Amino acid sequence: MWSRIRSIIRKEFIQIRRDPRTLAMVLALPALQLLLFGYAFNTVVDHLPLVIFDESKDAYSRQLISAFGNTGYFDIRGHVDSREAVAAAIDAGDAKVGLVLPPRFGDDILRRQVSLAQLIVDGSDPNTAQTALFAGWMIAAAVSESVQQPNVVAARQGAIELRPVVLYNPSMLSVNFMIPGLIGLILQFQTLILTAFAIVRERERGTLEQLVVTPIKSWELMIGKIIPYVATAFMAVAVALLVARVWFGVETAGSLPLLVLLSSLFLLSSLGIGLFISTISQTQTQAMQLAVFVMLPSVLLSGFMFPRESMPWIIQQLGLLIPLTYFLQILRGIMLKGVGLEVLWGSVVPLAIFGVAVFGLSAARFRKRLG
Amino acid sequence: MTASDVAPVISVRALTKRFGDLVAVDALTFEVQRGEVFAFLGPNGSGKSTTIRMLCGILEPTSGEGRVLGFDIAREGERVKQQIGYMSQRFALYEDLTVRENLEFYAGVYQVAGASLSGRLDELMTMAGLQDRQGQLAGSLSGGWKQRLALGCAIVHNPPLLFLDEPTAGVDPVSRRRFWTMIYGLAQGGVTVFVTTHYLDEAEHANRVAMIHGGTLRALASPAELKRSAMQGQLLNVTCASPMEAAALLERAPGVNEVALYGAAIHVLVDPTRTSEESVSDWLSDHGIAVGNVAPIEPTLEDVFVSLIGTATVATGQSTTR
Repeated sequence: MWSRIRSIIRKEFIQIRRDPRTLAMVLALPALQLLLFGYAFNTVVDHLPLVIFDESKDAYSRQLISAFGNTGYFDIRGHVDSREAVAAAIDAGDAKVGLVLPPRFGDDILRRQVSLAQLIVDGSDPNTAQTALFAGWMIAAAVSESVQQPNVVAARQGAIELRPVVLYNPSMLSVNFMIPGLIGLILQFQTLILTAFAIVRERERGTLEQLVVTPIKSWELMIGKIIPYVATAFMAVAVALLVARVWFGVETAGSLPLLVLLSSLFLLSSLGIGLFISTISQTQTQAMQLAVFVMLPSVLLSGFMFPRESMPWIIQQLGLLIPLTYFLQILRGIMLKGVGLEVLWGSVVPLAIFGVAVFGLSAARFRKRLG
Repeated sequence: MTASDVAPVISVRALTKRFGDLVAVDALTFEVQRGEVFAFLGPNGSGKSTTIRMLCGILEPTSGEGRVLGFDIAREGERVKQQIGYMSQRFALYEDLTVRENLEFYAGVYQVAGASLSGRLDELMTMAGLQDRQGQLAGSLSGGWKQRLALGCAIVHNPPLLFLDEPTAGVDPVSRRRFWTMIYGLAQGGVTVFVTTHYLDEAEHANRVAMIHGGTLRALASPAELKRSAMQGQLLNVTCASPMEAAALLERAPGVNEVALYGAAIHVLVDPTRTSEESVSDWLSDHGIAVGNVAPIEPTLEDVFVSLIGTATVATGQSTTR
């Protein structure tokens, strides 16, 4: 029995090693995805082009302006000499943010009164706008403290349409937030696609027909197919975690063994779906299409891309039917908050139920279809 | 001699398989003896594959019974599998594995033990002439090599019974000859070979041929016997102008039992007591057909098959071209 399973595992590993596409998917894809997502979510929060209309032109206004320039959130593109010019620069897209310092700005600080600076933000991209506001507030607060006048206030004005999205910290939390999601997605994608492919390829090539007349039992074939792809999935996760740590400086806050354990639980459902797809596809193309069909709701509804809190009620309920939804809560809990089972059990239980049910049904179907 | 040496390797009685209303295999009864090369001949869709799947223990018969190597195919399918070799026309090889890795994989699947493994692999590679290619990827082999490697994989565990499902499809004539030499070698060593084919010339290699059509057994004998007994009368080869027209005319000629077109020639089965070569020739001339030649010939299996089935649904003599 084990010799048969071992033969299949060995063969699968040889095939993985010889297939550049599979290798790329296991090793390069996780790193690439992490870099892409990491930067895509990063570039929007810094180096925002800024124009300045300084009517005060004193030591305090210069201090505030240089503070804006020094943070890295803003790039000072130039000084203009009217409010209209600030608005025009934003309209034209030359600037995302305008800073207006009224004539009394410095005097008010000296007189220990509330000193008003105005931040005008292009709100067409809420993410950018919010980052600009946070950064502006922080800089103003910092400068206030340094001049020991806790009363420099940045205010907002004008064509700002802010939507209350989940609060991103203006540091690199977006990357932190993306990494657990990506790991979940990579785990699901890889096990699902590779497992389905590994079986459908044999059907396409006619080798499955051969295996059926050998003493291999269908569950042995199943185990032999699953183990290599679970192993590669964990390799992919290791690559992703390594890139996260080395490149983005993101470390897992909680227990790594717990992460691995609960990932295995999550894999049950992806493997199950992969097996199911393999039983209804005749070709790898069909399997791919089905896999994308299954993956899309996972990406959109699980909270990987969009916060579930802002979704309509019915969509939120639909999201509860997706295993990745629970796994993301677990991943973010362990990686970002460092919490353990005592907090996570509410997500672990549905994940386990899904895993056992989906895998069990698919495995039964797989046996029936093969026998 | 023990009982198992004389007992038939395959024995089926009234074996039947229905898929819904369709009767794929209808009450087959036959036996195959040890060391025999047994051909199962029939057109596509005649029930060959269904029969082989039942004999391999992967498809349950609707009714009837069958024993393979002493095991009941309906209840002991798993035990049958360990004892048989199976090779299909698709040469189920892993193209991204080397020659040796393919053999090793199937050896593992059949649990060929560690100590004897290396010797067995060398033996198989020598038999297939693959010693110098053991590190080559199976996908880069040409058709004949693939076929021999597939055979090697199918017999890695020394099975006493080997199923070959359309084994020489798409292989050049030289490789086919070499392949059949290997098969005869195995049969000589006591291996029973059950081969399905829809190529008539392939069936000529067998000790006995079962002709199957529409799920029923139409004839079962050695190729020579089939040619002798199944054809009642004398077979004539006729060449003439406008053969289509001539064939239609001959259907109505006195003493003619059967007419079949073979390219530009016509095969005519006649009753020698009622007609002769001359009278056939005269009959055609009288009806305005310019006759080239009329001569008696030995029937081929194809003639037998056409005679038995009534229609030329079987691939013709040029079987290597598909």
